Amino acid sequence: MEWIFLLDKTIIAFIAFSIILLIATYSTYAERKIAAFLQDRVGPDRAGPFGMFQPLADAGKFFFKEEIIPATSNKFLFIIGPGIAMTTALMTSVVIPWGGTLEIGDRLVSLQVSDLNIGVLYVFGVVSLGVYGIMIGGWASNNKFSLLGAIRASSQMISYELGMGLSLISLIMLTGTLSMSEIVEQQHGFWADGYFSWYFFKQPIGFLIFIVCAFAECNRTPFDLAECEAELVGGYHTEYSSMKLGFYMFAEYINMFISSAFMASLYFGGYNFPFMDDLGLSQNWITIIGVIVFFLKIFAFIFFFMWIRWTIPRFRYDQLMRLGWQVMMPAALLHIFATGAVILFNQH
Amino acid sequence: MKQLTNRSKVVSDKSMTMAEAAYLPAVFTGLGITLKHFFRKPATLKYPEQKREFTAVYRGRHVLKRDENGAERCTACGLCAVSCPAEAITMVADERKKGEENLYREEKYAAIYEINMLRCIFCGLCEEACPKQAIFLTTEIAPASYEREDFIWGKDRLVEGVESTKRIDITARQDR
Repeated sequence: MEWIFLLDKTIIAFIAFSIILLIATYSTYAERKIAAFLQDRVGPDRAGPFGMFQPLADAGKFFFKEEIIPATSNKFLFIIGPGIAMTTALMTSVVIPWGGTLEIGDRLVSLQVSDLNIGVLYVFGVVSLGVYGIMIGGWASNNKFSLLGAIRASSQMISYELGMGLSLISLIMLTGTLSMSEIVEQQHGFWADGYFSWYFFKQPIGFLIFIVCAFAECNRTPFDLAECEAELVGGYHTEYSSMKLGFYMFAEYINMFISSAFMASLYFGGYNFPFMDDLGLSQNWITIIGVIVFFLKIFAFIFFFMWIRWTIPRFRYDQLMRLGWQVMMPAALLHIFATGAVILFNQH
Repeated sequence: MKQLTNRSKVVSDKSMTMAEAAYLPAVFTGLGITLKHFFRKPATLKYPEQKREFTAVYRGRHVLKRDENGAERCTACGLCAVSCPAEAITMVADERKKGEENLYREEKYAAIYEINMLRCIFCGLCEEACPKQAIFLTTEIAPASYEREDFIWGKDRLVEGVESTKRIDITARQDR
């Protein structure tokens, strides 16, 4: 492997890492502003123009606060809990195709840190590991409420992973590949062979199941009883303070960002945009515009996440489990059968 | 059962229709409602750039008034301190010396007069109790501070200025 290839990938990984952290930081600001506008109020507007420096003030607050580790807690697990949550959240960003290929000099650089041929499966595995972060956090706190919150959160997450995986299987039946970059390439442009090329238009129900399960995986309302204040004080992050709490909250926003990126890549064409071949631009320009379009799609999904949060009341625990096992999983299974039937029908 | 009110509503316990049980149509209706609110003008007033309008009899911060000749009206009788339910007012009286006739109306005056704005509940009982029409509540708000000492207001902050431009208008309150 040439060193310049490694250098390219390192630079892309570094840039992606910084951009993800920056977007997660400003997601907190966007959450507060969007929540405010949806509720007929203004949100933070004192820290800098339009309150833009609010996340910096929050970060400063987190750094300066006292770090309390309960004496009766399991110290090692207490400290690595948020670390696991953050690590798994960031690890999933490795296979996301940020853009097409850039031509630098005489080399073609693909804007994806790692082009695994089992990209989708890798993301799944890492997301399943993310449950450990919450589980360990709740257990290590040595606190009944934290444990309750952690148990509810982990059972919720593993229940909805089923629905997510099954709805993805029907997508994989269409794409024939698990590699993220190939899936995005198959959705080139907007219109192909007499129908939309984006998979959303080919599998709308699959997308619906996937987005509901993604909400549950990110512990976002209406599935956020793992951390709701009214019922569980703080849930699994009751005992955490300062940077560890910051890590948990950050990991949640990063998860939200990665889920949005995933959905945009798999169902909405990733970095493809309508008329991308007809504008007559050079390859580099198409790639750059594609990256911008990809991020716009991600921001639209993040807005949708927040919009739903402030619209729907949260589910009760039994309603949530019923939805996961008795509605989402059978629906996804039936969807697989239907997709298979349509594929067989089209082959004749 | 006979209802005690004629405004009661009958609660329906019909089971959910198919559309209600599916939940998704209700979700979309809700999304529409919240999106409408997103584009509305917010109801927030951005204090201190924008301030709310108060009525003329709003009970804000206190002022110790002077009469037409510029002499302080307060005679340190202590009725305001006694009537204060929060015990926020304290004072030390003193005798008027020769040559101070233009400063104080009567022979007894308040050398030290302090109101603890953190204890004050802005009820206006001191205003009602004063026999000399000396203390009034104005429509201004007591400003905030980070230090507790800044909330003990002495005569320097309570007595209004001598010049006519520095007087505070409380005519709307005087008929009460």
